[in-house]
Amino acid sequence: MSKQPAIDLNDPVGDHVAKTTCYMCACRCGINVHLRDGKVRYIEGNRDHPVNQGVLCGKGSAGIMQHYSPARLRAPMKRVGPRGSGEFEEISWEEALTMATDWLGEVRANDPKRLAFFTGRDQSQSLTGLWAMQYGTPNFSAHGGFCSVNMAAGGLYTFGGAFWEFGDPDWELTKYFLLFGVAEDHASNPIKIGIGHLKGRGAKIVSVNPVRTGYNAVADEWVGIRPGTDGLFVGALIHELFQNQKIDLDYLVRYTNAPWLVIQHPGAADDGLFARGEDRDPIVFDKATGGFASAMSVETTPALTGARTLADGRTARPVFELMAERFLSDEYAPEAVASQTGVDAEQIRRIAAELAEVAFEQEIVLDQPWTDWAGRRHDKMIGRPVSMHAMRGVSAHSNGFQTCRMIHILQILLGSIDCPGGFRYKPPYPKQAPPWLLPQGALEDIRPREPLGGPHLGFPLGPQHLLLDDDKPSRIDKGFTWDAPMSAHGLMHMVINNAAKKDPYEIEVLFMYMANMAWNSSMNVPGTIDNLTAKDDDGQYVIPKIIYSDAYYSEMVPYADLILPDTTYLERWDCISLLDRPISTAELAADSIRHPVVKPDRNVRGFQEVLIDLAARLALPAFTNEDGSPRYPGGYPDYMVNHERKPGIGPLAGWRGADGSKTGQGAPNPKQLERYLENGAFFAHELKPEQAYFKHANRDYLNWAVEMGFRVEPRPTIFQLYCEPVQAFRLAAEGHGTRQPPESHRERIRKHFDPLPFWYAPLEETMVEEGAYPLHAITQRPMHMYHSWGSQNAWLRQITAANRLYIHRSLGAKIGVVDDDWVWLRSHQGQVKCQVRLMDGVNPDTVWTWNAIGKRRGAWGLSDDSPEANQGFLLNHLISELLPEGGGGYRYSNSDPITGQAAWFDLRVAIKKADGAHETEPLFEPTGTGGLAPSPNKIAYGAEFKRSGR
Amino acid sequence: MHPAYSVILFTTASGAGYGLMFWLSVAYALGLTPNSPFVLFVAMALALLLITIGLISSTLHLGRPERAMGAFSQWRSSWLSREGVAAVATYMPSGLLALLWLIGVESSLTIPLAILSAVGAVITVYCTGMIYASLRTIRQWHLGLVPANYLALAAATGALLLGFLLAVFGYAPAWTATVSLLGLAVAAALKVHYWQTIDADPGQYTAEMATGLGHLGRVKPLDPPHTRPNFVMREMGYEVARKHAEKLRRLVVAFLFAAPGLSMLLLLTVGGWGATLFFLLAIVCASVGILTERWLFFAEARHVSMLFYGSARA
Amino acid sequence: MTSLPENTGKKLGLVIDLDICVGCHACATSCKEWNTGGYSAPLSDHDPYGADPSGAWLNRIHSYEVGEGPGSKTVHFPRSCLHCEEPECVTVCPTGASYKRAEDGIVLVNPDTCIGCKLCSWACPYGAREYDFDDGVMKKCTLCVDRIYNETIPEEDRVPACVRACPTGARAFGDLGDPSSAVSQSVAARGGFNLLEEFGYKPVNKYLPPRTGASDRDPAIVTQPERMPKPDGSAVERLFAWADQALSR
Repeated sequence: MSKQPAIDLNDPVGDHVAKTTCYMCACRCGINVHLRDGKVRYIEGNRDHPVNQGVLCGKGSAGIMQHYSPARLRAPMKRVGPRGSGEFEEISWEEALTMATDWLGEVRANDPKRLAFFTGRDQSQSLTGLWAMQYGTPNFSAHGGFCSVNMAAGGLYTFGGAFWEFGDPDWELTKYFLLFGVAEDHASNPIKIGIGHLKGRGAKIVSVNPVRTGYNAVADEWVGIRPGTDGLFVGALIHELFQNQKIDLDYLVRYTNAPWLVIQHPGAADDGLFARGEDRDPIVFDKATGGFASAMSVETTPALTGARTLADGRTARPVFELMAERFLSDEYAPEAVASQTGVDAEQIRRIAAELAEVAFEQEIVLDQPWTDWAGRRHDKMIGRPVSMHAMRGVSAHSNGFQTCRMIHILQILLGSIDCPGGFRYKPPYPKQAPPWLLPQGALEDIRPREPLGGPHLGFPLGPQHLLLDDDKPSRIDKGFTWDAPMSAHGLMHMVINNAAKKDPYEIEVLFMYMANMAWNSSMNVPGTIDNLTAKDDDGQYVIPKIIYSDAYYSEMVPYADLILPDTTYLERWDCISLLDRPISTAELAADSIRHPVVKPDRNVRGFQEVLIDLAARLALPAFTNEDGSPRYPGGYPDYMVNHERKPGIGPLAGWRGADGSKTGQGAPNPKQLERYLENGAFFAHELKPEQAYFKHANRDYLNWAVEMGFRVEPRPTIFQLYCEPVQAFRLAAEGHGTRQPPESHRERIRKHFDPLPFWYAPLEETMVEEGAYPLHAITQRPMHMYHSWGSQNAWLRQITAANRLYIHRSLGAKIGVVDDDWVWLRSHQGQVKCQVRLMDGVNPDTVWTWNAIGKRRGAWGLSDDSPEANQGFLLNHLISELLPEGGGGYRYSNSDPITGQAAWFDLRVAIKKADGAHETEPLFEPTGTGGLAPSPNKIAYGAEFKRSGR
Repeated sequence: MHPAYSVILFTTASGAGYGLMFWLSVAYALGLTPNSPFVLFVAMALALLLITIGLISSTLHLGRPERAMGAFSQWRSSWLSREGVAAVATYMPSGLLALLWLIGVESSLTIPLAILSAVGAVITVYCTGMIYASLRTIRQWHLGLVPANYLALAAATGALLLGFLLAVFGYAPAWTATVSLLGLAVAAALKVHYWQTIDADPGQYTAEMATGLGHLGRVKPLDPPHTRPNFVMREMGYEVARKHAEKLRRLVVAFLFAAPGLSMLLLLTVGGWGATLFFLLAIVCASVGILTERWLFFAEARHVSMLFYGSARA
Repeated sequence: MTSLPENTGKKLGLVIDLDICVGCHACATSCKEWNTGGYSAPLSDHDPYGADPSGAWLNRIHSYEVGEGPGSKTVHFPRSCLHCEEPECVTVCPTGASYKRAEDGIVLVNPDTCIGCKLCSWACPYGAREYDFDDGVMKKCTLCVDRIYNETIPEEDRVPACVRACPTGARAFGDLGDPSSAVSQSVAARGGFNLLEEFGYKPVNKYLPPRTGASDRDPAIVTQPERMPKPDGSAVERLFAWADQALSR
């Protein structure tokens, strides 16, 4: 046997390591970037980081190819051919910024609302929102309206927190984890880490999802529910809990509005609102005194049941009673929901019993004293160790808001919000329920060169907070109007349609960041493209000017007039702030930064840098000094350190104060970014053990939250099982008040604005021909790609370069297809041709595919014969942004009637075999490639790192 | 398995070359060859040429042909290494023999060299067959029939070449046609038996064994690891459709066995007249036939790793 | 060299937990990024932005559906070299480039002597070896031999890249030849198994099966719900009566 070769076992990875934050999805994991000779050698997770604790998902690990993609834009560009042609001319930054300033300046000086500024990737919302506020246009939001506003609104209106990113299961202590509609989503690595732990500890995972892949594959129990019926399922669980009296009554009395009295006076203007005392606080009936008392008073024994007679002689009943009646009705009995949900009654009963068993018989007691908001000391923290998470599968339906509220009510009945083993808020949450923030941007408040009075988005409490000018919407997306009264995240998906139709009005400039609206982020792609290219009689585009910023040549780029190329995440400063969507965990208030780790090799600039530059050129007050000079001459890092939203409170919470010793509130610290860099690009403040649970009612937490600027007062958050603002809108529909919906909207508002959650059939299926579209069609996000952001990545696209339509084996047999056969999938809006794959683990009435895989020829640096463009497909072409013609001739947005959330998963389809097919339809004309150099046909990345003498 | 044209060329050309070398050497040792060193030289030269073309072709097929020298070192364990050693070793007696015949020198060495050449030819072809037969991962190859087939086909094609060459030079002894005919018959029988054997074996390994998940039930693929095939799928996942394979088998029978066999039979009946033509016809048909046979040898082979990629059995 | 060592000092390998693999491909891409600049540099990609993209990867993730009816499952399934004890991928190699290390059992390809004949990939029943069309040599999992002993890396990070990256903790690394090691103990506790045991290469990597059935995980959970006897009065009335009495303020 000859000698073994000598191997160098101690080859250094790189010449240095830079710690920063990943950007591949909304998880924001901490990463170590190993560099050698200025090139990226290896990216791994940062072990010290609170979010990912050292792990890194498939996307983050492929960051090298994200950074070195040939689809990257190279320089600012000006369109020279027609929109969609992809014909551009490279220009200098000075020319680009001058052009943008001229366009934006002209609009601001005349009619600011004619700027529509909307952001796709929205992790610097506190900056972009400030910019839009200062500019003075009402037309701003991020993309939550077509993403998952139902979860945010459903949660915030109910308990001041939400799934999504505002809370996490108590991974260490929970014993039962129930998921609804979760595939890969925002909390990517924390959920994965958590699932690994739960399985190791023997906790049970139950996953409710029409598709059995990913988290649903490893769940101990998979519930293959029919899309859009989770509300019936949850309602049946609640029914069972009420039926079997498995409710945490103590918890309800302490923390919720369950005992609050609701006026019962049909026809009155305050019917269904809370009965209030003279101090305007809601009232309860105190069993100890036999009389009424303020709900905020501590020393009462509130009754949960019993109709009471108010001082004015009218009747009032506690929320608890109304809730119990609703959910104990036969409508929510397990037998009643079984056939519609596809989940049999026995399984529903058993899951309800398991929830109750774990919550009540397996309670957790921590020997940790704490003090509640009223100053009462408790020796222990008692936990009901049931946790839940829900995401897009609930959100992307027109009944998502009410369904989400139902899930929260289920959690609350089990006493499992922010208790040991339950759902835990992540600072800066909880806020009030709902947060004390009202939308700004009524038309009467819009004036040239004047900032808005406050942030655009908020939580209306009634019709008085709608943004209407008489009946005319103030916002281009018709947010906060009768179309979607509680549209807390705006409706970005309606902007282009409305602008092209000049309904409610025309705009002059559409300015967007990282949102692929001409492709996978829009419904009805052909219609959207028509809207982007629509021309007036005078031959000018109806939307005259489009400015777009992105890092890559996406399908949207060819439709813009001015392109501002963004950096990648390795080349930029960034700020993941407690003022917008931070990286906290349940026990750590945390924020983080990104910083340039490699130098750009092209003429690109970070979008936030550009915004701040434009703000200075436009002389927006918050970005400009008295003397007209820029307030943040150092750009984004300057802003991150020196901007104060309120005195002492800035984007970054760590190392504030001149000496860096303050947390949350403190003067700007010129060395703050250095401190962040020393600490691995993040800051984390650990809560004290006595603050860690019951944050909504925990005095030590609430006081601290006020110090940090998260809350205004240390008043507790009281869970709103009954959501009074919703009733306020219903009353208007019933004919009360000065602001009422138009006739065409009355019935819709009256029906859907129920202050107690309920289930209703998703709107699309109620408006199409019965039986014509028997199947549901949904998507899931693959774990290794994020929206459209994987196909320009040479490694990720090898994993998935085309998508199949997954159908149940029985359906395949019925229509006579086997794997890879072509089918036509048809909806009321259109049809697509695609290939199938048969599987067992899917709800039999559901077909699905991976999200955003299909691409258009000409985009993303891919060749025209790529699988993405020729076999890959989008369901988007089947989805209309408008509901079918309905009552009153008005075409509503295909959205939740309460929040405006885009109802992607309401889609109903029919399927049949397609003969003799080889490529997908519709096939769009290739766009030009904007002068991008042709992509390489071979990559040998890392050859330069090969050392001689292994 | 993906049929690599260079390997097909290699094994058929060198196989024919070694077959020619074998029959030439044996016939010479038995005194059956014409008394013309030049003719013998031409025959051996052709054999060496075919072998060399084959070897060069297979070397160029390597990822790193410049390192090919290293392939001789592991003869203790590797059939590929043994084949290389045997091939090189066989060049020596056969090359020397060719040289002696070229120069036209009388020597008592020629017969021993011929015997060595014959033995070397057999060993080399056997090693080639064993490279495939030693692989337990491919049930269509892991059979004693495989080296047997290689040897038989080398013998049959080599005999045809020898007969043709002698005929070109005006020598047409009947034994060349007889040996060819017999060689074709043996090869045909072995080939048909081979096909029957592989058709009868459904494979002993299953996807359940491969994944170890059989205790949960039947294993079906859901998503592949990548959209387009990777090296393993392209190399091992190549599949020829049953109908297509059957057509090609019939082609093999017709062109590799029937037509040349018939040609030999006719030659034997009409006597030496037209021997060149009969042999040429036989060689042309056999060439088409053997390239097809070799192609099928690869194309009909299934690799056990395909159990991970959707095959239920292998 | 292509004779196998009699026995190896350690039997280093991976344990892959199919119970918690969610099919995220983190192990596949972190392996790709590590190795494209490491021992196997580079792992080339062909037609990376075209119609037929493919490349050399050392770790691949399949997904399967297993079984029928209520017991059926979706299983996500990573596959890479199992560093077998008696692999013929080593013995068939004509140059000795394919070898098994005596000290720790890692099976490697020497990229300086491999001639790219691909015979080793034919000998591997697991499809673990891939030919790099650019480099002309065979590539495979190295068990991150350039990480696990690397003194320039923090000690806690001296594990294969895939193990470091895996978000659910479905991959573990250690000495399967030492019964007291954490990996050996997990194999014993969970019934870890070999892939294609019947083939006889004696794989060192082990797979842990999916846990089946909630009942063997949490027997305390009541599966028969306790139904309240139905007295007179509706469920609503009973509930209200209970609520009135049960509160313990």
